[in-house]
Parts: sequence; structure tokens; C-alpha cells
Amino acid sequence: MSDLEFEYAALLKQRHRISTCFEWVCRIATGSALLFLAVLLAGVIGQAWGWLDLQFLTGFDSRRPANAGLLAGLWGTFWLILFTTIFTVPVGVGAAIYLEEYASDNRLTRLIKLNLSNLAGVPSIVYGMLGVTVFVRMFGMIPAADGWTAAISLGFGTLEIPLPLGRCLLAGSFTLSLLILPVVIIASQEALRAVPSSIRHASYALGATEWQTIRHQVLPAAVPGISTGIILALSRAMGETAPLIMIGALTYLAFAPGNLNSPLEAVQDPQRVLDAPFDMFTSMPIQIFNWVGQPKAEFQNVAAAGSLVLLILLVVFNATAVVIRNRAQKRITW
Amino acid sequence: MNSLPTVLTTNAIDQNEVIRVDVSRNDSAAVKEPSVGAVAAMARPSVASASSINEEHAVKIRAKNVDFLYGNNQVLFDVSLDIPEKSVTALIGPSGCGKSTFLRMFNRMNDIIEGAHHTGEVLLEGTDIYAPQIDVVLLRKRVGMVFQKSTPFPKSIFDNIAYGPKVAGLRNRARLAEVVEESLKRAALWDEVKDRLNSSAMALSGGQQQRLCIARTLATNPDVILMDEPASALDPASTAHVEDLIFELKKNYTIVIVTHNMQQAARVSQQTAFFFEGVLVETGETHGLFTNPTQKQTEDYITGRFG
Amino acid sequence: MSTADTSGRPLSEATISLHRTASFVRLKEWGIRSVLFGCAAVSILTTFGIVSVLFSNAIYDLSPQRLGTDGQAKPNEAFFQQVSVTEFVTETRWTPQFSEKHFGILPLICGTLLISGIAAFIGLPIGLCSAIYLSEYAAPRTRAVIKPVLEVLAGIPTVVYGYFALVFVTPYVLKPLFHDLLGMDVGVFNAASAGIVVGIMIIPMISSLSEDVLRAVPRSLREAAYALGSTRFDVSTRVVVPAALSGIIASFLLAIARAIGETMAVTIAAGQTATVTADPFRSVATMTSYIVNVSLGDTEIGSIEEKSIYAVGLTLFLMTLCMNVVSQFVLRRFREVYQ
Repeated sequence: MSDLEFEYAALLKQRHRISTCFEWVCRIATGSALLFLAVLLAGVIGQAWGWLDLQFLTGFDSRRPANAGLLAGLWGTFWLILFTTIFTVPVGVGAAIYLEEYASDNRLTRLIKLNLSNLAGVPSIVYGMLGVTVFVRMFGMIPAADGWTAAISLGFGTLEIPLPLGRCLLAGSFTLSLLILPVVIIASQEALRAVPSSIRHASYALGATEWQTIRHQVLPAAVPGISTGIILALSRAMGETAPLIMIGALTYLAFAPGNLNSPLEAVQDPQRVLDAPFDMFTSMPIQIFNWVGQPKAEFQNVAAAGSLVLLILLVVFNATAVVIRNRAQKRITW
Repeated sequence: MNSLPTVLTTNAIDQNEVIRVDVSRNDSAAVKEPSVGAVAAMARPSVASASSINEEHAVKIRAKNVDFLYGNNQVLFDVSLDIPEKSVTALIGPSGCGKSTFLRMFNRMNDIIEGAHHTGEVLLEGTDIYAPQIDVVLLRKRVGMVFQKSTPFPKSIFDNIAYGPKVAGLRNRARLAEVVEESLKRAALWDEVKDRLNSSAMALSGGQQQRLCIARTLATNPDVILMDEPASALDPASTAHVEDLIFELKKNYTIVIVTHNMQQAARVSQQTAFFFEGVLVETGETHGLFTNPTQKQTEDYITGRFG
Repeated sequence: MSTADTSGRPLSEATISLHRTASFVRLKEWGIRSVLFGCAAVSILTTFGIVSVLFSNAIYDLSPQRLGTDGQAKPNEAFFQQVSVTEFVTETRWTPQFSEKHFGILPLICGTLLISGIAAFIGLPIGLCSAIYLSEYAAPRTRAVIKPVLEVLAGIPTVVYGYFALVFVTPYVLKPLFHDLLGMDVGVFNAASAGIVVGIMIIPMISSLSEDVLRAVPRSLREAAYALGSTRFDVSTRVVVPAALSGIIASFLLAIARAIGETMAVTIAAGQTATVTADPFRSVATMTSYIVNVSLGDTEIGSIEEKSIYAVGLTLFLMTLCMNVVSQFVLRRFREVYQ
């Protein structure tokens, strides 16, 4: 086999060359992904330069680019995320607790878990279709032409709930909640799973019930992981557009939900707070979508300004999540 | 093996240049006389035992004053040892004494670990294997290693054995088949698997997998085989198989085996080195070391006072 | 044997008091457990809801007669009760909004696949090579920095990607390269710009998932390969990637399913022309963009145009569901081997 040895030796240089070459290909691939990000951000910032000012943030949309503002979208996104949080957190965390702590490994549990991973992959627009039928039209059980209104009088105002819900903000929130629910559940499950069983066993050994163990030991330990998951899911919901369009969010809207333009007005006229969830609405991504589609060239700059605001908000959200996760990892060392 | 001019190709200053340096090697089967130069080149005998080097065998690997550190944690302290060729050298000692780390120096497997560095020299046939011009890939072809836990690739038996020659550049299917058959025969596994070379290697038993790993190492045509506790994960029958194999292989290969099983060391090796907490305490001809150790620590370990 | 326990109370009394408290606590526990089960059941209800909405509007209507907007009772037939499946699958024109209506899904599927194909062409190699770099070559500190930055790509809202495609990719990348240099016809709305940004969007998905599976390959395999005289290229391509292959393919499938379901970037940048074409520089319509565009317009509820979005939605749902299911199955098999 002597000639083989010579062969091997001759090929060695080429092999090392190939290895170095491959390493560079991989480096370049990673670098180009980072480059895309940099170019995208540079482009948005460049186009938004000079168009992102206080007037933009406090004004409503307009047919003229110079006057167009994001306020309706800001309020819409605020309300949407608020209600989505209210609905998603209890249901999502509750489901995760059930699946991780209570459920035995039977067919039903496995079905639920399989179902969750499938739901996480369903395109958002399908959720929009679900939302339209279930929340907006409520299965068509109450014809839209008639429509009732349930009025509940609270001390400071009247809560008027239209039935069917129609194309209102609350319907949008419900839909977004269903959309991010699988994500929240899966993330919370992982956070709960990370808590070592020794903690649970110690708690049981001291005579605590299942719920007491969860409430006092497991859940507090899992809170950082769960919050991180919720924040990331909400940041995804902030950027969602398609399901809201199907629900009936308006692309051009010149008022905020409930006519509530500033927190001060909430205090002065609380009725507007009660009106807001049932009002027509828009959101930041939808306003951006509208501006991108406008023929006038300057609307591109307005769209860029809106995108920049949205990106900044998302960065804040994600940074919060990362900070929470890092602080938690420092404190808790299993 | 056959007589052939061995080529330990070294890279020049530029990593990619290749300069051939012929280092001739003695023909194995016929010649058993000592290489005069090698014996004369021995500066001093290793610690304690005057009969530590089997006079019939030349020195294959020489370690000189090796200190080894993982980051700031020193694991080997001034270790010097000669490994004679075509025989079995056993490294024994309690767990954590550094014997595996020392073994891994011979094929530079510690290079993969971050923060690992050392001082001192390790010479393969007189050439410092840590010199910058040395090609690690080629070194590992010449110095093979069998690990404690058998690690067959998730491929077929044939592809497992053929892996080494293939990456080295052998493409000819007929030659590959020859190499595979010969390696499996040398590892005493051929009869058991010759009908199912294309089936998955993961389906073999533990003992068979370990012999497969040995065959895989043999396929690269090494001079030296390093074995890190090769039988510790095996049942007694498979262990006996592997030990028989080692006995056969030592006729043609230099073998260094790390084992925590003293009886195994006594059974298979000609020379034994005892490590304790990173220090080479004693080394010598196996029978002599086990019956008449010169150091108290060695005696304590052998008689079971600790470890 | 005394009749008192260690605290001095008679045994019988001690046992009785235990029982009483236990049943109340047990009721509370049962209540909590049921509520939590209800939360978990919401996910099942969601699936049930999606399936029934799509089924009822696309395949066979289950609801009783409804009133149309003019107050008259309208037959509420599902899409496939009015349009044959054959036409849906074989017809090459999709014109529900014209007076002469054709309902062939092929143009929409073609647009979806064209864009997803371009996205895969960009995203898969870059994603996989990044994963190999991060898992096999990068130092831990580099990894710790690059990974989160890549994740940012995944967090950017899709409308911003659409904006980027329309305002930057088409005029500054595609037009100079393909129109000015090569003389090809590049429309303002085209599939290529959408495909490119969707490809960029899915890079982090592939990179992250593939890197996880690559790192799950045991270190001992790599060591054994190095000990046999391999270069890093040999170890990565001949041992690690083949061992992780099923997981990598699963990540590919998930990413392509994501690309297929992408809506806003495509709606903004790719146009609205439903045609069967392989030209990436023309305006195309995808399943998702059609649904959005119909929703934006004034479509009468109950009309065939409105029902058509459910048929398209059903097709979309089935496609992505298949890919997701297969990918989960493959991933689970991979985890069984290595974890």
C-alpha cells in the first residue's frame, strides 16, 4: 500500500485548502445574513430621517404625506396588546400548568400537545378567518342587520357591548390572542419543565397540595421564563397585520379608538375608555401597510418613519425580555 | 507492515506548503534487532527501573518533561516516558491522575479542548509532533485512537471502516473493499459481519462495536494505536476478545493502553507506567513492576490500599 | 395498646378531623384542575373552530339559512357546493372578481411556490451554512453575540419586509442587475423581491433549528472522526451533518411552510396578478395575497367571491399542516436518537 501513502500525502494540501475554503463559505454566509439586517435597518432609518418627529407621533393620518401621523395606530396597537395580554396570560399559563403539572401521559394529553405544535405553524391569515366567523360575525347567529347592544351601567359610564361584536378592536384582540396562544403555552411549558422536580418533591413531602406547590414553589421559579415567552409572543402580535385586516381593521383611520387621544382624556372622560374596545380601529403595521401602497412617493418616507417607530418598540420589548432572562439566570442557580 | 519509506509530511512556515521529509522506519516483521541509534539516543533511563526499556525494541514515542494544563489547572507534572515500539505499554493509576490526558497528547487530541496547553516535548520517532510545521491530520492517521465508549458513526459497517481512507483520499471502490476486509480481519470481526457490511453499525453489540472501532482505526494504517480504557464498558467475554486482539496486534503495532484494571494491565502489557495525581511515579517492565515495585506509592496502589 | 396518639388526643377524634378538612381541600383542588383543563382545552377548540369554519364555508355548509345584507334569505352554500373540485384543481385561470368567473387554484399555487422557491433558494443555504459556522467553527463568545442578532431578523414585522422589498430591493438591486445590466423586464411588483425578503426572513429559523440539531450530535462522534485523521471540513460534512440530517430537513420543512404562509410582504411587493408563470420578475398573486386583497375590498358576504377565500384558505391550511406534521414527526425521531 506504499503508493497509497504517497497519494494521501499529495492530497493533504488540497484537503486543507478545501477545509479553509469551506470555513470561509460558512463565515460569509453568516456575514451576509448580518449584512442583510444592517442594510435593512440602514434603509429604513435613511428614509425615515427627518420624517420622524413629534407631529408624526401625535397626529392622525392624512391624505397629505407631510401631515400624516401615527397616533391612531399607536393607540390601536396599545389597546390591542393590552387586551391580548389580559386574555392570553391566564389562559396560556393555565394551559401550560395543566399540561406540565396535572396531566397524565394519556392519549388526550398527547393529542393536545401535538395539536399545539400544529397550531403554532398555521398561517396567521387562517386565524383571521377564524376570528371573522367566531368573533366578528359570531357564527351568524345574530344577523348583522339587526344587532343588539348589551348595556351595562357602571358608576362612571356605560359599557355598551354590541352583539355581534362586529369589526371592533375587541374582536381583533381575541383573534390575536388565539394566534399567540400556542406560542405562549409552549414557552411556558418549557419554563415550568426547567424547574427541578426536587423542589416539587420537597414541597409535597411537607404536606402541600398540588396547587399549593405550583402556586408557591413552581410558578414563582418559572416566572422569568414565562414572562420572557409572553413578551416575545406579544412582540410578535404587535407586528401582525393579516388577521386584523380580515377582522376589518381600517387602513385609513383618523381617530383613536373611543376617541381617546391622550391618557389625560381617559381621566377626564372615562366613558371613552369603555367605548374604546368596541370601536373601529387600526394598528401601526396596518398604517404602514396603507402608506406603502400609496402612489405619492413621500408616503414611502412616512412608511419608513412608522416602521422605525415599530422597530424601536420591538427592540424595547425584546430587550426587556432578555434583561429579565439574564437577571433570572443570575439569581436562580440550580 | 511492509517496508516502505514512511512520510511524515510537514508543512512549511505557510500552513499550506508541503515539504516531504523522509523518516525511514524499520521493517517490522523480519527485524527485531535494536536500532542502535535509538538506544544510544536515550539520554537517561526513565524513573527508577533500569530495565524500563525493553532492549529489543526501539523507542517509538518519547515524552520529555511534559507539563499539561487546562487553563490554570495543572494536570501533568514533568512527565517523561519512552514508549517502545511493537509492544504494549500500559498506563495505570487511580481515576483523575492524568493518564488519559497524557495519552491524548500522543495524537494531539487535546488540541480540540479550549484552554489546553503544555510545556515539554513529545517526539514521534525523533520528531516533535507539536512543532508548527507538523500536520495534525497526518499525525492522527499515523497515531490512531480507540475510545472508552465505542463510537460507531451512524452509517453502515462498510462506511465506518472506509471513513479514514476515504477522507484521506482513497476513492477506488475495489481498494476500499480490500482495506475494509483486511481491517476487519485484523480486528477479528470479519467472520461475524462479512455478510452484512451494508447494514447499520449501530445494530452491533457493544463488544462488536468496539472491535469495529478498532478496525476503523486499523484502516488508516497507523503505526501506533492508543487505547483509552477500551474494554471498561464491555462484558467479560467481549473484554477477553479485545485483549486477545491486543495481543495479536502488538506484533505489528505500537500500543499504548490506559486502563484502571490492573489485572488487565498485567495480562496484556510488556511495560507499565504508574501515574498518581499527574506525576509519573514509576515505570518498568510489567511483571517486575507488579511483583516488585520500587516506590511505596506504586505498592500501595497495586495492593489496593487506595484507588 | 393505648387508645391515644402521641399528642394525647384520642385516636378516633384525630382521624375524624383529618377527613373533614380533606374533602374541602380536595374539592378546591378539583375545581382548580378543571379550570386549568379548560384553558388547555381552548387550544383544541381553536383547532376545531378553524376546521369547522373552513369546512363549512368551503366544503359543505352546516349552518341554517342566514339573512343576506338585503334582508332576504339567501342559500348559504359552501364553495365546493357551487364549484367543482375538478375545475378548482385543473383550471389555469383564477378570476372570481371578473364577470366571467374561473376558479382554478393553479395560478395562486404557482405564485406561492414561485416565491417560496426563491425564498428557499436564498434562505436554506445561508441558514444551513450559518448553522454550521455557529456550531462547528465559532467560538462561544462569537456565538453568544451573533445568535441574538440573527434572531432580530426573525422579529422584524413582515410589513417592514414588504416595504423593504418594494422600496429597496426592486429599484436598487433587481432593476440595476437584471434590467439595466441584463436587459430583462422587471416590473414594479414582482415575485423576486418578495421571494428575496421572505428568504431573508426565514434564515434565522433554519439557522437556529439546524444549529440546535447539529449541537445535539454527541461530541464523541466528532472526536472519533478527528482521531481518524479528518480535517474540520471532513468532520462537519461527513460525520456531523449526516448525523443531524433528519433534524436539518425538519427545519427546512418548517421554514418553507412559513414562507408559504407569509402574507404581508408578498401582498405589498408581489402584486395581484393571478397567472401561471415561471418569470420571477412579473407580478404574481399568492394564496395569501389573494385572501388579503379580497378582504380589503368590498365583497358581499355570502357571495361566491367571499366563499372563494375560504377555499383558498383551506388549501393553504392543508399545505402548511402537512409540512408541519411531517417536520414534527421527523424532529421527534431525531430527538429519540440523540436525546
